[in-house]
Amino acid sequence: MSQLFHSVLLIEEKCRGCTRCIKNCPTEAIRVREGKARINAERCTDCGECIRTCDNHAKTAITDSLSRLKEFDYVIALPAPALYSQFGREVDRREVLAALIDMGFDDVFEVAYGADIATFLANEYLKRPSNKAPMISAACPAVVRLIQVRFPALIDHLIPVDSPMACSGKLAKEIKSKELMIPKERIGAFFITPCPAKVTWVREANKHGVFSIDGAISISEAYGEITKRLPEISPPYPGLKASARGIGWGYSGGERFAAKIAKSLVVDGIHSVIEVLEQLEMGKLSHIEFVEAQACIGGCVGGALTVLNPFIARMNLEALVDKSTMLPELSKEHIEALNLKERLGEFTIKPDIVAVPAFRLDQDVSRAITKAEMIEKVVSELPGLDCGSCGSPHCRALAEDIVQGLAVDTDCVLKLREEIEVLAEQLLEMARKGSSALKEDNTFLKPGE
Amino acid sequence: MRLEYRVAGRDFQAAGGAAAKIKRTLRQIGIDAETARRVGIVAYEAEMNIVIHAYRGTIRIDILPERVNIRADDEGPGIPDITLAMQVGYSTAPEDIKEMGFGAGLGLPNMKRYSNELEVKSQVGSGTSIIAVINLPAKEGS
Repeated sequence: MSQLFHSVLLIEEKCRGCTRCIKNCPTEAIRVREGKARINAERCTDCGECIRTCDNHAKTAITDSLSRLKEFDYVIALPAPALYSQFGREVDRREVLAALIDMGFDDVFEVAYGADIATFLANEYLKRPSNKAPMISAACPAVVRLIQVRFPALIDHLIPVDSPMACSGKLAKEIKSKELMIPKERIGAFFITPCPAKVTWVREANKHGVFSIDGAISISEAYGEITKRLPEISPPYPGLKASARGIGWGYSGGERFAAKIAKSLVVDGIHSVIEVLEQLEMGKLSHIEFVEAQACIGGCVGGALTVLNPFIARMNLEALVDKSTMLPELSKEHIEALNLKERLGEFTIKPDIVAVPAFRLDQDVSRAITKAEMIEKVVSELPGLDCGSCGSPHCRALAEDIVQGLAVDTDCVLKLREEIEVLAEQLLEMARKGSSALKEDNTFLKPGE
Repeated sequence: MRLEYRVAGRDFQAAGGAAAKIKRTLRQIGIDAETARRVGIVAYEAEMNIVIHAYRGTIRIDILPERVNIRADDEGPGIPDITLAMQVGYSTAPEDIKEMGFGAGLGLPNMKRYSNELEVKSQVGSGTSIIAVINLPAKEGS
């Protein structure tokens, strides 16, 4: 098993071994074994579907706690646009930012502003004539991971520009390091995250020596801290930079709206994303320039680590976008001051996005073919009910597990019943045969004969 | 190895199912992503041709060490003019199917584009057979 970090995690004692999560996992990464769900690290995309579907709340996400702030001399909060969606009209976004500072951050840097920058960079990238059609946004890390695992032929279609989060972290550290004259390493940038996939992205990037972000704190944890402070918060945070379009990135369709690309497609919800990616892999939709794809229904406002219902959250954020339309968009002066045009290479996703062959049956192709043939044979002998009682999501997955030595055919309850029936018949027959000592046998003389 | 699927004409609900299963198997075998994509496209178009035009048919895939063969046989009306059918944009799909977004006249041209060899045989009033070959990239050092 690989050493991949995953934010999504099982709480063993809460898991009752039901089949809900295995059935809903878009990459078939979960199996129930010994009465507990097990997650395959290579296949998991941290999309959070299992967290959402588990009635026993046995799935959770590892995030960073506020106690990590003290590891740095200076700490900056990077609130996702989705954070604003958690509060109604009556709350001013400057108050939310002020509350973050009251929680122990030295400053804030709106990821909505990072979204303005990411929009500019992605649009620059889209001008390249060598691009595939269509190009797919790489802002949602669960979608990127899904493409690595399930649609490797589409990796070339991803726009390898840093996400709003990564852009924000890089710029926030750069600006503060100059302003305060302290090294970047002593500045901590913490993303306030709506989803576990971002947490995983941060940890994996850190492992590869990329420190644009140092940690991720869940919106649900920050939410309690912020609401507690809102009644008494003053003064509101003064330095707003993000535009309405940057804020709109928090919901599905916002990124397309910001990028102003006419020939584009917007899809959200991981299962719908898979359907669209299937089409793209088939070479369909090549008349489209841009695809915005988000794993969560509703986009980031629907993230598994948010508090509000995604539709209510969307309404709140839409209201904020409407209210903010008079804010200026990213200006030429800003672009020039940050020298963005020349720095496209610097804002390229690191580490490189590569294929993850998590479904391969064997390193050796001919052995893999033999196994694939065995799978077809095993599948044909299974009942095809796809009930999931065996702990695999459907009969074909069980067949694959059997061939890989991870399960046996009697894990199937119907197979088990069949075998018990056969066994019971054999037992009955054996019992009927009885013992020779009790049966009549004419080869021997009976007494008196 | 050989995979075989039955395809029913006009069954748009199940359409694409065979191609999806084929892609799953190719991914498991570890065939490179681009070749798997090409096989998926050719198999999908072959499947859709049967769904749109024929009464019933079969798709058969043979995965060999150096190539993948795709064979589609159907019982259907057949193709009167194969040269014409190979042209981009030419379609004999009925109007109701075009309204569903199918029948853009890309089926056979796409199959030709993504396969290394393509052979189409058809008998009007009886059916069509298509054989497509997709070569696997040569392995390094061999």
